[in-house]
Amino acid sequence: MTTAIFSFYLFAFVLITSAVLVITSKNPVHSVLWLIVSFFNAGGLFILLGAEFLAMLLIIVYVGAVAVLFLFVVMMLDIDFDTLRKGFWKNLPLGLAVSGVILAEMVLAVGVWEPARVVAMGAQPGGPPAGMSNTQWIGAVLYTDYLLVFQAAGMVLLVALIGAIVLTHRTREGVRRQNIGAQIARTPGGSTRAVQPAIGGGVDLKGMDK
Amino acid sequence: MHPIFSSAIIAAPELVLTVGSLFLLLLGTYGGGANPPGNVINARGVTLAAVIILGIAGWAVIDAPAGRFEAFAGLYVADGYSAFLKVLILGAAAASMLLALPWLQAAATLRFEYPVLIALAALGMCLMVSADDMLSLYLGLELQSLAAYVLAAFHRGEGRSAEAGLKYFVLGALASGILLYGITLIYGFTGTTNFGGIALALSDGSKSLGMVFGLVFIVAGLAFKISAVPFHMWTPDVYEGAPTPVAAFFSAAPKAAALGLMVRVLVTAFGPAVFDWQQIVAFLAVASMALGAVAAIAQTSLKRLLAYSSIANIGFALVGLTAATPTGIEALLFYLAVYLAMTLGTFMVVMQLRTPDGRPVEAMADLAGLSRSQPRLALAMAIFMFSLAGIPPLLGFWPKLAVFQAVIDAGLIELAVIGFVLSVVAAYYYLRLVKIMYFDEDKVGLVSDGSRANGVMILGAALFCSPIGMLAMAPIAAATGRATASLFGLG
Repeated sequence: MTTAIFSFYLFAFVLITSAVLVITSKNPVHSVLWLIVSFFNAGGLFILLGAEFLAMLLIIVYVGAVAVLFLFVVMMLDIDFDTLRKGFWKNLPLGLAVSGVILAEMVLAVGVWEPARVVAMGAQPGGPPAGMSNTQWIGAVLYTDYLLVFQAAGMVLLVALIGAIVLTHRTREGVRRQNIGAQIARTPGGSTRAVQPAIGGGVDLKGMDK
Repeated sequence: MHPIFSSAIIAAPELVLTVGSLFLLLLGTYGGGANPPGNVINARGVTLAAVIILGIAGWAVIDAPAGRFEAFAGLYVADGYSAFLKVLILGAAAASMLLALPWLQAAATLRFEYPVLIALAALGMCLMVSADDMLSLYLGLELQSLAAYVLAAFHRGEGRSAEAGLKYFVLGALASGILLYGITLIYGFTGTTNFGGIALALSDGSKSLGMVFGLVFIVAGLAFKISAVPFHMWTPDVYEGAPTPVAAFFSAAPKAAALGLMVRVLVTAFGPAVFDWQQIVAFLAVASMALGAVAAIAQTSLKRLLAYSSIANIGFALVGLTAATPTGIEALLFYLAVYLAMTLGTFMVVMQLRTPDGRPVEAMADLAGLSRSQPRLALAMAIFMFSLAGIPPLLGFWPKLAVFQAVIDAGLIELAVIGFVLSVVAAYYYLRLVKIMYFDEDKVGLVSDGSRANGVMILGAALFCSPIGMLAMAPIAAATGRATASLFGLG
């Protein structure tokens, strides 16, 4: 128990510290690296809750894909962060007002939330049935009860794929593509030529680049 | 039988659309070259195949046994209500594919992805009207929206079209975020995402503040999708920037799907909270009718005018939802059916017309003297305009009457009076277009595109909107009656 409490405070402290560093560090690359640290610690908190699948998902998807993508974007786009930061003090009151509203909403929502009533209305609290791991349980409902939405999500991704091709793909002229048939059909007769150059005359390579 | 197989049989229309659109993709990819004329022939073939697939899906909808069937563990429901809307959606989507062919060919942007994206959007729309759970609602909506964003930017080389696509995408993503926020609140406070479960949780009398918050966010997110005021800002810009056939598609099928979805969510999931959402919907209806009527007066662009017209029409349809009675929903469904024919017909006439140098018609002033240069198209346009304005012998009058009748029966006489006054205001700009066509001097000399398929579709829509269409009112009334009865659990 003490270990769990100790780990909770450790993960929570590092999470909050790194989250603050994400928005305060001057170098955007450092921001992204702090973001990765905070993702790892959030994953630790999920493990403490017994949600090991979510923890792994967070690390694989967010650290492995999203944060690396951020890193690429930050490094590849030449953004002048000094001009972006110029309006910071001017926009600070507005930003604080928006965060205040969101905080108030959260407090209100938590204030009127009655878990007992939600459970009484038919929600299923607690973990997976005995002898089944979290991951196995999610898999078991994902491919049975939630098959429709799982497949629909696949169709959404397909539309995204088609959309990316429709909006960006162009057929270009003069592109040399590999033609396997022509490669296999090559014969020595069509590709080599025996020449007898005169002494000091060199070789005429015209017609040999095909 | 295994529950997944029985679910698949209940969801047969969606299954047909899914497999069909994958088939269309393969057909388009391997069917022809990337250069003319191969790509044009290929795109035409894929369009025809797509229309056939939509037809098969429609047959699967009509052929399904009557009654309410739940599938996929309560995520999906097939009933008379979803069947009625699916017929409208599939019909409008098929028309949107066909009407685009000559226009896109003239703009040299005809590609096989166009019908494929509309077929995938139709799949999303069918999922929307069959959703019985917040999860399937959201995924259906996203499937439709994502295809719509791509379609808006279909003329990627043109700045206006790319801008329309980007604008639609950014605002649509914001609306999706608002909707999701509402869904999480509802899930947190009721412990379920199922519509029946939400209704059960709301009906025990102790509705909490959090549920009302969630309801407001969900209504706001859906109001964006049907472009009801005050969430309408994107509509005129997107209609103006997007290619005209895409604007025609946006004004028809997605509106029917999103409105149908909104009705199902509010009536089934939030039925016990009717007094909370009735005021919101009444405001949306009045604001949409007012802004649609007043802002359209100053427009000079045809497409912007039609955008404001669609906003106003959504307002009139929402009046039926405000009544929150079976009669009101029946009137709303009737309104939708007639509105789809009117708006698609108007867009088809606009697309059929070209200036002598082959440019598409965009400004209202271009239509001057159309009654001399193209008397038949001018007559069809006049029928659509009179019908949209709600002049009595034409079909457009009857759904307006039914909607107002329903709110008067529900005791909301003020709403009917406001709607009546605003429909008179809206009549001004519809009639102005008729005046431009029939009484102004012809300067341009518009020519017709000469597409026979579109000519036949215009003829059909014009006949439907003319007094002859009243013959169709009895079967439509029977269908809307069945649909509403299944929605309210009466039949």
